[in-house]
Amino acid sequence: MATQPEMARSQIRFILGGKIVSVDAIEPTRTVLAHLRESLGRPGTKEGCAEGDCGACTVVMGELCDGQVRMKAVNSCIQFLPTLDGKALFTVEDLRREDGTLHPVQEAMVECHGSQCGFCTPGFVMSLWGMYLQHTKSGVNDSRPEESEIRSALTGNLCRCTGYRPIIEAGAKMFDLPIVDFHRDALRENLLAIKRESALSIEYKGQHFFAPNSLAELLQLRATHPKATVLAGSTDVGLWVNKQFRDPGDIIFIGEVAELKTIQANATMLTIGAAVSLSDTYEALREIYPGMNEMWERFASQPIRNAGTLGGNVANGSPIGDSMPALIVLGALVTLASVAGTRQLALEDLYITYMKNAIAPNEVLTAIEIPLPKSGRQFRTYKVSKRFDSDISAVCAAFSFLLVDGRITDARVAFGGMAATPRRAALTEAAMNGKQWNEATARAAMAALAIDYVPLSDMRASSEYRLSTAQNLLYRFYLETRMVEPLSATSVSVFA
Amino acid sequence: MSAKPHESAHLHVSGEAVYIDDIPELYGTLYAALGLSERTHARIRSIDLSKVHAAAGVVTVLTTRDIPGRNDCGPIIHDDPILADGVVQYVGQPMFAVVAETVIAARRAARLAKVEYDDLPAVMSPREAKAQQSFVLPPIHRVRGAPAAAMEAAPRRLKGTFSVGGQEQFYLEGQISYAVPKENAGMHVWCSTQHPTEMQHMVAHALNLQSNQVVIEVRRMGGGFGGKESQSALFACVAAIAARQLNRPVKLRLDRDDDMMITGKRHCFEYDYEVGFDDEGLIRGVKIEMVMRAGFSADLSGPVAARALCHIDNAYYLSDVDVRAMAGKTNTQSNTAFRGFGGPQGAIAMENIIDNIAREVNKDPLDVRKLNFYGRTERNTTHYGMTVEDNVIHELVAELEASSDYRKRRTAVRDFNAKSPVLKKGLALTPVKFGISFNMVHYNQAGALVHIYTDGSVLVNHGGTEMGQGLNTKVAQVVAAELGISLHHVRCTATDTSKVPNTSATAASTGSDLNGKAGQDAARQIKTRLAEFATTVFGGKIEEVVFANDTVSANGNTLTFAELVLRANHARVQLWSDGFYATPKLHWDRNTLTGRPFFYFAYGAAVSEVIVDTLTGEWKYLRVDLLHDAGNSINPAIDLGQVEGAFIQGAGWLTTEELWWNKDGKLMTHAPSTYKIPAVNDCPADFRAALYKNANVEDTILRSKAVGEPPLLLAFSVFFAIRDAIASVADYRINPPLNAPATGESIMRAVGAVRLQQRA
Repeated sequence: MATQPEMARSQIRFILGGKIVSVDAIEPTRTVLAHLRESLGRPGTKEGCAEGDCGACTVVMGELCDGQVRMKAVNSCIQFLPTLDGKALFTVEDLRREDGTLHPVQEAMVECHGSQCGFCTPGFVMSLWGMYLQHTKSGVNDSRPEESEIRSALTGNLCRCTGYRPIIEAGAKMFDLPIVDFHRDALRENLLAIKRESALSIEYKGQHFFAPNSLAELLQLRATHPKATVLAGSTDVGLWVNKQFRDPGDIIFIGEVAELKTIQANATMLTIGAAVSLSDTYEALREIYPGMNEMWERFASQPIRNAGTLGGNVANGSPIGDSMPALIVLGALVTLASVAGTRQLALEDLYITYMKNAIAPNEVLTAIEIPLPKSGRQFRTYKVSKRFDSDISAVCAAFSFLLVDGRITDARVAFGGMAATPRRAALTEAAMNGKQWNEATARAAMAALAIDYVPLSDMRASSEYRLSTAQNLLYRFYLETRMVEPLSATSVSVFA
Repeated sequence: MSAKPHESAHLHVSGEAVYIDDIPELYGTLYAALGLSERTHARIRSIDLSKVHAAAGVVTVLTTRDIPGRNDCGPIIHDDPILADGVVQYVGQPMFAVVAETVIAARRAARLAKVEYDDLPAVMSPREAKAQQSFVLPPIHRVRGAPAAAMEAAPRRLKGTFSVGGQEQFYLEGQISYAVPKENAGMHVWCSTQHPTEMQHMVAHALNLQSNQVVIEVRRMGGGFGGKESQSALFACVAAIAARQLNRPVKLRLDRDDDMMITGKRHCFEYDYEVGFDDEGLIRGVKIEMVMRAGFSADLSGPVAARALCHIDNAYYLSDVDVRAMAGKTNTQSNTAFRGFGGPQGAIAMENIIDNIAREVNKDPLDVRKLNFYGRTERNTTHYGMTVEDNVIHELVAELEASSDYRKRRTAVRDFNAKSPVLKKGLALTPVKFGISFNMVHYNQAGALVHIYTDGSVLVNHGGTEMGQGLNTKVAQVVAAELGISLHHVRCTATDTSKVPNTSATAASTGSDLNGKAGQDAARQIKTRLAEFATTVFGGKIEEVVFANDTVSANGNTLTFAELVLRANHARVQLWSDGFYATPKLHWDRNTLTGRPFFYFAYGAAVSEVIVDTLTGEWKYLRVDLLHDAGNSINPAIDLGQVEGAFIQGAGWLTTEELWWNKDGKLMTHAPSTYKIPAVNDCPADFRAALYKNANVEDTILRSKAVGEPPLLLAFSVFFAIRDAIASVADYRINPPLNAPATGESIMRAVGAVRLQQRA
């Protein structure tokens, strides 16, 4: 039976500086950053943009996953304090060793001249520390990152002074210095000590914040609070609060619901729980769909992927979300659950109009099912944006078809950035189905795209550029998959 | 001198470096936020602030009526109200300020005003401003020789248009001021600013005080790039006005979006040009008209226009030239200083022309560039009448051409493009010549204070501000070198108008040149006194006393610096001194636009190789080589950091950074989610930057050269490499109509135009 909210705990507890910090009676949307700077005397972590795009606020969060300590860099400016409950928080102030000497991450940054104005530096240091921990798990330098991994770890940090070269260098150099061990066991003990067995329920001036532990609790809460905002990674809701000054009302945080944090595979499907982070999703799909890797690398930034969830990306239903075109052409399904039961929808049927979806008020999106690859099916997804890292798509495309006896069957084409919702291109698919995959078919399909979509003009791209790029991406797909002399990815894309 | 870490590096990396918002707050501190205009140009018919007043946590709301003194923060022309008075002139202009118990309460309340506007006609682009002759200042115009006749007589001619976009400074630390009322009507403001003295004047005027009642202090900024030269004033004034009225400390820290909506940026430029040249590509005559987006007020647009005009030549001798610069008044943010200050916008216009000429005469653009370089002993007078006496561009470019393997790679690029249908490579080498000094002669002065304590430790204070460029590190190095002591004995303290007064902005790359010399002067005076004292004790000649390795040697006696200092103190020798410096040789006639506005020039060159996707306009670097002249570098690590950082920042300006206003005149790229400065993967994987071995021919501080702005122009090579790749689509016979920023969309537009012209 679900724990009743009134029986739940209302105090937030987390680990900071090796000690348990307790917080009572706090506005649920108070950010971790504001609390660090204003209430905890830790001004080392900076606010650069308050929307998770610059990384000056980067901190590392520790949590227990299946009994193991996991550490990940996140943007503290858009994380709400109550979501820290049961976790550990590490800031730049935690890195100097007890004798006051700098941590290898910090020392390498000094030696490589990785700071100029220094304002972004604490964020870079924490991103690098997050990576450092991945390579020193056993207390020794067990592996070294490639430069691409260092860069990937820094995609969420903007520096306006250095041009990044010395920081990338520091990311390698830090492993040349004597390794500083991180005491995972002690942290595990601390985390176990504050592990919450019941739901968290906070009320502040009439606003509620619920953090249920189980799916049953979650569905019960959803039934009684159909207007509440469902919160997962906070990478969008954080902006509502910081930028639009929207009042999200009551909040139901799904990040602690055990059933939603799992990834399961069977012979045909991979099931991603709604609270699984984008980073973990990427890891799970990396081997299965390598064609998506460039999209994942360009999907927001590492700290955003560490916090944000695939479920959130899908449920949010932004017309410019990067995962949906690929998931739609792969035939992904979403599971919607309520106290009355569960149902499944094809992902493409989830979206009704701009930012409006088919999730009923008493329902929660609990999982995304992604079919495993079938032999003979071609699949590509491409993203185009002004900047490679952490930019919102001008156009995001996904293409797929099966070739049967030399003819295209089940062509699936979907785009983001081209319409009010992520959606398929029906006429384009029709122009491909039953045809041979040749230049004429590609050209006909490109022409059909202009009927399928009438994209908007905005600061990211004009309508004309969106459409011509969509057509050209279809052409790129053709060049890569045509029957005669297909071109390699590296000869049609500068980033491949 | 040597490569030392930034003096605050250990504080940066540990989060211990204190920025304005990190200063422990005084009891009773309140927080301000600004209410912004939603219209481009309108009379404010009515403004209802009742909901703002009633909002939770609000203490007071300030409008123009609450300003005790002058409602103005214009640095030169007084056309820049602190708060809009009756008329708003752009979307984002502050109209009122809310003061509340918390930051979030102030920001929430600031959105609750009900304003009724009567719209007025708005000018939204520089071209529109030019058409309507709507200028914030009179246009400036310089003619040398007989350009019309020279173009007429030239074997070949070209005319065209070109444009470059503006650029947001995007200092990581947003604008912030923290004002604390002091006794006797005084005001202390911690302000993230490059120009404390000007902030002092602005706050004094706004509060109706004398300068001696206002103190401005700043230890460091989290980046400035020009954006905190004049435009920190509005926030300093609002915080001070609120603090005065409430008699409580008030902090105004801008949200990023508000910062980008309110403050000015780099000016975008539109050019119309005409050029006459010979069959080799030598320029015979050129005429350029440029109109820039000044925004709604003059701010620094006058001096920006002058610097653009003075840099139209870049590294090229223009015998006959007609250049006009216009500061278009538009209903947008008032544009301001940004690293380069019009210089990049001037120089890129000529680079674009040269690039065009090269394709017209079917030569490698590098050869046309070299053909037009300033001569060493002839063809060496600029169009504003200054002789170029320190020209190293020939040697520097030759060195880079060889080290970068330019010619071989040119062939390889052509071979690749012939075989690659979709992806095209581009290569470009571009030079830089950049004038150092403020165009305004009286700005070229600086002061410093050096204190030696009796333990031998040294404290330095000077009029420059630290914004990451390493100024404090360099000044400390200069003082340490002068006194022959280790760097760790020298500390620089916060810039403070009550210590060194009447300072210039830390701008125009002059920070180390000016303050280094002033610091050296101060240290030298104390050193002379110490030497004199040493000879009175040990005998010998003053000029033979040696200060080195933390010791002093006089007449065969050696003692530690600290020992000598203590003994000197006991002998009542003054152990502190002021220092002063004024740059020599400068003169400038603002009417004829002639003179010697620059003490010297800094030089550099860059080679960029890129690969461009002609289906999407996406591109990436293949390799970048930079060679830059920092003179006899005081700190090669810091200078290399400036070179690389400026290059990447300049590349951002010319590629991904796009300012976009919607049809209602609202800037829609007002946060990092929409405005894309370079990120980590915009750093080339193959990036080779080096300093050119040189010593300043002028007597600058330790014969070094200023390095803040000049290397930003190295990024031209990226833009012209992209253009080169596009030109390959039509076998290098058509000049791609590529404008900056070269976003994917801009690139595809140029690719499309080239293909269309090829078919025609």
